[in-house]
Amino acid sequence: MPRPRFALPMLSRQPRRSVIPGFRLSLGLALLYLGLIVLLPIGALLLKAADVGFDRYIAIITSPRTLASFQVTLTTAALAALFNAIYGLALAWVLVRYEFPGKRLLDAMVDVPFALPTAVAGLALTALFAKNGWFGAPLAQWGIQVAYAPAGIVCAMAFTSIPFVVRTVQPVLEDMEPELEEAGATLGASDLTIFRRIIFPTIFPAFLAGTSLAFARSLGEFGAVVFIAGNQPFRTEIVALLTFIRLEEYDYAAAAAIAVTMLGLAFVMLLIVNAVQAWHQKFAMGDA
Amino acid sequence: MAHPVNRHRLRVGDGAVTRSVILTLVLATTALALIAPLAVIFAEAFARGLPTYLEALARPDTLHAVGLTLLTALVCVPLNTAFGIAAAWAVTKFSFRGRNLLLAVAELPFSISPIVAGVAYLFVYGAQGLFGPFLQAHDIKIMFAVPAIILASLFVTAPFVLRELVPLMMAQGRDEEEAAVSLGASGFDVLRLVTLPNVKFALLYGAALCNARVMGEFGAVSIVSGNIRGQTSTLPLQIELLYQDSHAVAAFAAATVLVGVALFTLVAKYLIERAERARGEIVAPRRPGH
Repeated sequence: MPRPRFALPMLSRQPRRSVIPGFRLSLGLALLYLGLIVLLPIGALLLKAADVGFDRYIAIITSPRTLASFQVTLTTAALAALFNAIYGLALAWVLVRYEFPGKRLLDAMVDVPFALPTAVAGLALTALFAKNGWFGAPLAQWGIQVAYAPAGIVCAMAFTSIPFVVRTVQPVLEDMEPELEEAGATLGASDLTIFRRIIFPTIFPAFLAGTSLAFARSLGEFGAVVFIAGNQPFRTEIVALLTFIRLEEYDYAAAAAIAVTMLGLAFVMLLIVNAVQAWHQKFAMGDA
Repeated sequence: MAHPVNRHRLRVGDGAVTRSVILTLVLATTALALIAPLAVIFAEAFARGLPTYLEALARPDTLHAVGLTLLTALVCVPLNTAFGIAAAWAVTKFSFRGRNLLLAVAELPFSISPIVAGVAYLFVYGAQGLFGPFLQAHDIKIMFAVPAIILASLFVTAPFVLRELVPLMMAQGRDEEEAAVSLGASGFDVLRLVTLPNVKFALLYGAALCNARVMGEFGAVSIVSGNIRGQTSTLPLQIELLYQDSHAVAAFAAATVLVGVALFTLVAKYLIERAERARGEIVAPRRPGH
């Protein structure tokens, strides 16, 4: 039995003729630009990769050095994402829940890794972790080496993706109503229980989206990593660098094969992030 | 332990011990992870005093790199701003099929590694690329020259202005534009007098971000530029060259210029957000971006 539905003209998705001029011009310019700047190179890469042929593609991707570079990249990116999951969550919490001097400055500092060129970040981290550096010297006494070791890659990736978790979790935490926590508290729940049972589930979709974004970004990071990694094959060589090396060797087939694999990986991460964000939006809407 | 709810009762994590432990850990990590990297750049650049710093900054190859970086930004920022305005106008002032697809394509550069972008451009304009034979036959040099640097920079920064404009222009709707048109304003007048003034802060912020990223782009540019010393090295590439040649002070001195650009961008962001709030403008939610 269909009930009468009230049309909401403001939210209508029905295409209607707009009286505003400039549709063809603006859309035409946008499509032309996207075609030339974004789609043309991606298409050229796909064509080049198709030229490589299936058997050769498999041989390139499953060669020990390529596999090792994927292993290094995935492991270090996962560790960097783990660091940012914890630090980012704590940082968002501090920025939303506590008042303290310098809070605005701290909030502004969060964006430094996005504004700072990755090469500068790599240079700075290498200086910090060098044998005689501010961090490197004390760590060397404990026998820990970070620069020119996998740990250095983790540091570079972690630094460049710091803002993702903070900036996705922060707004959700700000929107949380205190009533839910109070209800928990009146029922005698401890802080930890309230966090685990009420707060964390609410921010979880945003937290997961932020962590996935940080991981995706780390997979493709190049500038910061090459400075600090030492770039030894099988140990500290990331996929992006191997692509670069294959190009310098004029091995265009290998460069195309590895680059197209990175592109595929980026698309998979994009789909995952979009799915998580869609879930996050549904979650947020359902809660309101 | 449960007491009647008081309006001012403490919330989770507000206990003195919990609060100070979390706050101390976060601030200590921030000092190590965010402040130390910025500080070490200046410490190393000024390690041998101001005169050495200035001398290192005034190297001809570094000055050339600064010039090339400025030129790239001067071309890329206006082009991507114009693209952002045109695409945002099409997507927010009209309803058509494929709007979301257009936005998704425009955001692709954010998801793609700069290295992949560089390789992709090589396969368009390089000798082995799609247009390689044609370009060689007509003696047009794009790869390993300034045009390739500009093209690769356009790719990596294409979405910056657009993604700042779209959520805001969506939220503002079309009423003001429709009113202006019905009063007889032409399309360009509407854009100039109605739309752009409404989004000027978002526009400025997008352009500032785009500028910072253009000036700092490393991966894509290092592939397409060929990194020819004194000819096609932009500032980030110059920093790497100097560092590899063990000219540490010169590398860090060049890096201070880019740190300056980054700090300028953050200050601009802060001022723009404050101005937005003061104006009571409809503020679109900021998404985390690059």
